[in-house]
Amino acid sequence: MAAQSHTETAGVQALPPIIGTGHTYGSITDRIGDTVLTTRTPRGWIVGFAAGFLLLQLFLVSAAYLLYRGVGIWGINIPVGWGFAIINFVWWIGIGHAGTLISAILLLLRQQWRTSINRFAEAMTLFAVSCAGIFPLLHVGRPWFAYWMLPIPNTMRLWPQPRSPLVWDVFAVSTYATVSLLFWYVGLVPDLASFRDRAKHRLLQIIYGVLALGWRGSARHWHRYETAYLLLAGLATPLVVSVHSVVSFDFAVGIVPGWHTTIFPPYFVAGAIYSGFAMVLTLIIPIRKIYGLEDFVTARHLRNMANVMLATGLIVAYGYGMETFMAWFSGNLYEGYATWNRMTGPYAPIYWALILCNILVPQALWSDKVKRNVPALFVIALFINVGMWLERFVIVVTSLHRDFLPSSWGMYYPTIWDWGLYLGTIGLFLSLMFLFIRGLPMISMFEMRTLVPPPARKQPLAGGQAPSLASGD
Amino acid sequence: MDTQPSIYGLMAEFDGPTDLLAAAKSAHAEGYRRMDAYSPFPVEGLAEAIEVRHTRLPLLVLLAGLFGALVGFASQYYVTVFDYPLNVGGRPLNSWPAYIPITFEVTILFAALTAVVGMIALNRLPMPYHPVFNVPRFALASREQFFLCIEAADSRFDREGTRRFLESLKPREVSEVAH
Repeated sequence: MAAQSHTETAGVQALPPIIGTGHTYGSITDRIGDTVLTTRTPRGWIVGFAAGFLLLQLFLVSAAYLLYRGVGIWGINIPVGWGFAIINFVWWIGIGHAGTLISAILLLLRQQWRTSINRFAEAMTLFAVSCAGIFPLLHVGRPWFAYWMLPIPNTMRLWPQPRSPLVWDVFAVSTYATVSLLFWYVGLVPDLASFRDRAKHRLLQIIYGVLALGWRGSARHWHRYETAYLLLAGLATPLVVSVHSVVSFDFAVGIVPGWHTTIFPPYFVAGAIYSGFAMVLTLIIPIRKIYGLEDFVTARHLRNMANVMLATGLIVAYGYGMETFMAWFSGNLYEGYATWNRMTGPYAPIYWALILCNILVPQALWSDKVKRNVPALFVIALFINVGMWLERFVIVVTSLHRDFLPSSWGMYYPTIWDWGLYLGTIGLFLSLMFLFIRGLPMISMFEMRTLVPPPARKQPLAGGQAPSLASGD
Repeated sequence: MDTQPSIYGLMAEFDGPTDLLAAAKSAHAEGYRRMDAYSPFPVEGLAEAIEVRHTRLPLLVLLAGLFGALVGFASQYYVTVFDYPLNVGGRPLNSWPAYIPITFEVTILFAALTAVVGMIALNRLPMPYHPVFNVPRFALASREQFFLCIEAADSRFDREGTRRFLESLKPREVSEVAH
């Protein structure tokens, strides 16, 4: 890659650029718009979508059989009543968090490099939250009564218990899904207008035109638009922290050894961002290759995302360390045993695999050479994806399977239907992701245009920024 | 002039944001008020140049957030204290710390919905038809070109005079915007 050799010759100071050189407003619009509007569907897209769509069928079969037979087809039983459903729920929600971090927090911090990945990451958030929501919904056993979780006046005169973290979860996750959708759509409106004006086919003009709401780029509109966007970012920032904190309360408020700890909220949030960035890298590395978007998602982006993973990974490692330390330092018999059982009990291989994936492997990211090596980054991101799933397995299963009374201990083994539903949601996620890439601008065009320096167009201006005289050819 | 069909306004097209900003400032200095500038991305200072007043949106969002907090807290209070009081080991019915997470989420939900719906409504969107779309080259406003439109409703608008003024700004071209 050109950016790589540039860094090497210029020494450590020079970072790769956040956008390839020579781009104009028009070329950005063409490059991103063409991935949807004019060029033929790339082979990579077809392969990716086909794989996702096949797994989606697995999801449909697993969910249909579950509705027919009930949750007894899963491996859950007493003492482990929260098996894959809760593991997968937490895993998916966590993945979503990187999208909000990129779109909201990095916007407030004025990190310009976020521009080319925020749309993509927001879509990822939305689809990850959709996958997450499915698990508690199916886990309730009779999903057709799922509306009982909402405070709707009813003839039984019963309400959800607002003192329960599980009810907080309903509010947190549904608010998060709504705000993520709003954020994503508001960001899309100006780009949908570009598509409306660019589309050749009448039907596409109508579809994109309806979705664009008649956006015309008026200065008055932009003024309110930017205000609304900034407000949304400010609202989404505390929201994203609250969501995974509430998810961690599902555990931390319970008295089960290994769950009942105050470190859970911050360590869950860090873990969420960690896994989310790993998922962004897992998706964006093949997609920038398929669509040749190396100009927009440059070595700089990959490097910055690797740095965020390294930092949040260290926070997660600190969380594991403190958890272990407190189990010993508290002198509590049950806490101590829960931790000892994680490390040496029947699920010990999973614990050590988690340490390998989440703590040991990502240390390679300290090396600049690894951060410039795209395949290596891809492999490390895959390790982290797996590691974060294993972390939730360890938290959910090892804590429940041996708690206070040895007479009530038991083992948990997932069944084929647990795996079917889990892999099935990956299919749902991939299908939605590939459909999004095919039908909508995956990079924010209007924000990318702000990264192009205006004098780069036409002939250079004679007197710098002299108003109105220079470009009248 | 009376024989010509009435128009929405006159539109000048520019190649860059700096040109558009300078043109908007000149038009404002010339005394034009009923005008709008169109750009493919937000241009810093453009709204101020055509004298856009402060938007009410932040105030609306604040009020919606406060209202959301009230709704979130009051509904939990009503449920646990009045409608279905449940004595758990003599603990107080108004267990307010437990109400905070839902109160917070409802606050954010109301505020975010208001930010988006408010932005769309104050911008008078969705608006499928607008006269500016009658200019064929306006399709480039969502791509790479910059436009300034002085509306016929402006008191200083004069078909010939305004056209001469816009030409003096050295645009790429000036076109009439049909209704």
